[in-house]
Amino acid sequence: MMKRKALDLWVGLFVAMGLGALLFLAMKVGNLASFTAAETYLVKANFDNIGGLKKRAPVKSAGVVVGRVENIAFDTESYEASVVLAIDKRYGFPKDTSAKILTAGLLGEQYVGLTAGGDPVKLKDGDRLKITQSAVVLENLISQFLFSKAADGSKDSK
Amino acid sequence: MTAVTGFLENLGARAIGAVNRLGFASRFLLLTLRNSGMCLSRFSLVAREIYFAGVLSLIIILVSGLFVGMVLGLQGYDTLQRYGSSSALGVLVALSLVRELGPVVAGLLFASRAGSAITAEIGLMKATEQLAAMEMMAVDPIARVIAPRFWAGVISMPLLAAMFSGMGVFGGYLVGVRLIGVDEGSFWSQMQAAVDFKEDILNGVIKSVVFGIAVSWIAVFEGYDAPPTAEGVSGATTRTVVTASLSILALDFMLTAFMFRGA
Repeated sequence: MMKRKALDLWVGLFVAMGLGALLFLAMKVGNLASFTAAETYLVKANFDNIGGLKKRAPVKSAGVVVGRVENIAFDTESYEASVVLAIDKRYGFPKDTSAKILTAGLLGEQYVGLTAGGDPVKLKDGDRLKITQSAVVLENLISQFLFSKAADGSKDSK
Repeated sequence: MTAVTGFLENLGARAIGAVNRLGFASRFLLLTLRNSGMCLSRFSLVAREIYFAGVLSLIIILVSGLFVGMVLGLQGYDTLQRYGSSSALGVLVALSLVRELGPVVAGLLFASRAGSAITAEIGLMKATEQLAAMEMMAVDPIARVIAPRFWAGVISMPLLAAMFSGMGVFGGYLVGVRLIGVDEGSFWSQMQAAVDFKEDILNGVIKSVVFGIAVSWIAVFEGYDAPPTAEGVSGATTRTVVTASLSILALDFMLTAFMFRGA
């Protein structure tokens, strides 16, 4: 039978290592430290088409993450997608800020891009962004391109 | 005619036997939980079993984690670089380890390394009538022998799974960044952007706790239920590994279906 002290030492070491591994996963892998529950304010934006935007997708301005997509719903009055953005309290934006749905890379994740306007009044909690631009749907783009090609072709032949 | 009825009788007897055993196993789990008071107040009993179940499984868990992570690094890089997104290697390694491979592979290793040992030990104690002797001395074998081993398994399993995942991420880092030369900054930052604490890490921990309960339960039950012969103990040990591994995989499917429905 092992000495009691040595046994306790090993078990203590084991538990400490396990908790250390959990801490490593939380801090270094999951980046819990920077994902503190920062105070946010909610801003609404309606889009004709959100493409593949998902909840918790980043909201970026000038490439910097300033918030997250809080909720996505379908507005039955305007038949548009109603997106709620949670923006970090540290970042104030003018009232005429515009929102675009952009794609990271060619096949990457979709995110919301904010472009600041010039209004001296800042956005408040519950405000709505008036100027929005929908996601680019590849099928629409291709069909537009094909139609314009076909129109060009018929003009040339005349 | 007798062959057919014999076959049917056999089938029915087996089914009834299986249900009977499941009932006994559930009652046994309840009995273990009810008699856990003593071993939780005298924690040194559990600590001793954590040493055998957890500390002695460290080497196999850490080495396997390292190698699984390194293989993920190599395979992931090979696939990702075809799409020009090799910088997402960290995401691939971390997510597959934290969500699936960490809990599942650590659970399978734990079942075969520690679960089988627990079954063999309890089965042998029963075969050599140590459990009966304890009862003679008015010591409840469930409180003294079964409960500490059960709780040691439940406590060790999540810690081992976390170490497996951590070691695997380190292995992926070694191969991806040090050996192949993926950019270190994008390896970590993309990983940190994609891995969510609640969604990914906490769900992985929940999985490993569930697997710990399942493996420990099966191991102590098979040991307690083993026929008190050499053959019986060896059969029980085999059954522990087979049943525990299958239940880990089945439970993993169910938990994954609940947790990651692609919301």
